[in-house]
Amino acid sequence: MDAGMNTSSHLKAQARFPLQEHFLPRKNSKENLDRFIPNRSAMDFDYAHYALTEGRKGKDQTAAVSSPSREAYRKQLAETMNLNHTRILAFRNKPQAPVELLPSDHSASLHQQPKSVKPRRYIPQTSERTLDAPDIVDDFYLNLLDWGSANVLAIALGHTVYLWDASTGSTSELVTIDEEKGPVTSINWAPDGRHVAVGLNNSEVQLWDSASNRQLRTLKGGHQSRVGSLAWNNHILTTGGMDGQIINNDVRIRSHVVETYRGHTQEVCGLKWSGSGQQLASGGNDNVVHIWDRSVASSNSSTQWLHRLEEHTSAVKALAWCPFQANLLATGGGGGDRTIKFWNTHTGACLNSVDTGSQVCSLLWNKNERELLSSHGFTQNQLTLWKYPSMVKMAELTGHTSRVLYMAQSPDGCTVASAAGDETLRFWNVFGVPETAKKPAPKAAHEPFSHVNRIR
Amino acid sequence: MASKTAAAKDIITLHGSAAIVSEFFCYAANSILYNRAVYPEESFVKVKKYGLPMLLIEDDSVKSFLSNLTSQISEWLEAGKLQRVVLVIMSKATGEVLERWNFRIETDNEVVEKGVSREKSDKEIMREIQAIMRQVASSITYLPCLDEACVFDVLAYTDADVAVPFTWIESDPKLIANPQMVKLHAFDTKIHKVDTLVSYKNDEWDEEE
Repeated sequence: MDAGMNTSSHLKAQARFPLQEHFLPRKNSKENLDRFIPNRSAMDFDYAHYALTEGRKGKDQTAAVSSPSREAYRKQLAETMNLNHTRILAFRNKPQAPVELLPSDHSASLHQQPKSVKPRRYIPQTSERTLDAPDIVDDFYLNLLDWGSANVLAIALGHTVYLWDASTGSTSELVTIDEEKGPVTSINWAPDGRHVAVGLNNSEVQLWDSASNRQLRTLKGGHQSRVGSLAWNNHILTTGGMDGQIINNDVRIRSHVVETYRGHTQEVCGLKWSGSGQQLASGGNDNVVHIWDRSVASSNSSTQWLHRLEEHTSAVKALAWCPFQANLLATGGGGGDRTIKFWNTHTGACLNSVDTGSQVCSLLWNKNERELLSSHGFTQNQLTLWKYPSMVKMAELTGHTSRVLYMAQSPDGCTVASAAGDETLRFWNVFGVPETAKKPAPKAAHEPFSHVNRIR
Repeated sequence: MASKTAAAKDIITLHGSAAIVSEFFCYAANSILYNRAVYPEESFVKVKKYGLPMLLIEDDSVKSFLSNLTSQISEWLEAGKLQRVVLVIMSKATGEVLERWNFRIETDNEVVEKGVSREKSDKEIMREIQAIMRQVASSITYLPCLDEACVFDVLAYTDADVAVPFTWIESDPKLIANPQMVKLHAFDTKIHKVDTLVSYKNDEWDEEE
């Protein structure tokens, strides 16, 4: 725009003192007029300038001294004026537009309005509520916290599994494991929010019904050592063990082991099924992330995995599938690695890697915004909220005094619970309220002096 | 003998070059449509190409659109008349242009006019294309998220003396005002040189952070 102004003013100057230089060669020609009456409205200065200079170029090529910027401008001008003899063509038959899942008018009106006037969300810097979590096992490789779809939080403290109902704030004990079997090494709610799987130090996995406080069955004989990670995919419970094996258990049938994935040489500490239930991501103490595809794994190929990702330089426990972009996986590396990496799990390409400066214990995507939350260890023991994809830090939440080992997200996606080696369980209102339902997050009943509660 | 055949293999003709470039467009367009989620993930199938897993759309109307496009492009390329191909991603609701994937083509006119051939190995070209495809796949990390339903269109910039084919119409350039631009790798068949550049709309919300 600047350049355009300059030239037109430059041209105006020429127009005011015409026939000085540019038209000098034409003096002898017959068409030299005696009067010059500019009629600017009918003139296209940019066009004229281009025509002039371009026309001149042929004549005094030897004396062509033009700056590169001028050259660039001329090029651009030529382009916009469509003078370099270009035709822009488009196909008459347009391809079919993608089918929308939502009614178009609804989603369009929904998107347009908040976009222009999106207020900046206030992110509270302190935890909304803190609960004591005594005897929590301070072990990076375990998964001892999960928030079920029925809005009940399950946490394993030593040999005991506690349930904390987030809608009432009440605590109950689910089970205390026998001394020789425990401690509990992993915990995971089934999608129904009623059944919970409990992995144990002695390689067994117990299934519990939280409604009746009854044990339904014990899965054993699969692993050789402790079960540190669990992931449900409908009726399939996938278990990852210290023996490096990953086993798909069909909990409905007697011989529950339906598939065994062998790929990790050390303890499997991270295990997550993708939203579609088609791909499983696993992270191990051998610094490797595997992507398993159900269709690939069942065929008897020599390598069962779809992708083997070896870029991390430390154990990978933190895994999170992106809720708004299929095939996008975020992984976080342990103390020696400290990076969050993003993968396209269809192609296996590493899309981005960000050094966080601290071990990454856990990762959660915001379900309502394009944001990612990571929990860290030494030195800050903080939770960091990142904008995706720019990876700009939006907030750092401090409060924990030891590494934040586990995180879980409430079913509505607004509240995050974090459990750390400092034996506290903290709740953060970090993810805001979803745009669609502007009702306040279902919070626990607030008593005046309930800032620090004992969970037992 | 072996060396002779190897040498023979590295010769690239105008026809071959046009085929490589137009095939590249087809795969690049598919990859962009997949990675930018213009069409849902389920509508793509995986194939192996350029030593990479690539995705091809299965939707018949898009498939026929792209195959018609590819054949027309290769015709223009052989005539040396194609200057640029632009894949435009627009908002479905408003028609606003959100992204322009710009492939600028420089043609070696000597080859077109005199029919000579050039030398470059398939492998080397493949490697250059592979680098571009990798960049396309990783572009989702810096490009702003496409929050709304989108449609795409392809523009071809040709020489003015090209007769407009029956199935094509003249179009405006569908430019983005004040865009951000990122230049990707280029590849060169020694006959056609293709520069890749993506320009996109500034995301004001991101800037404020």
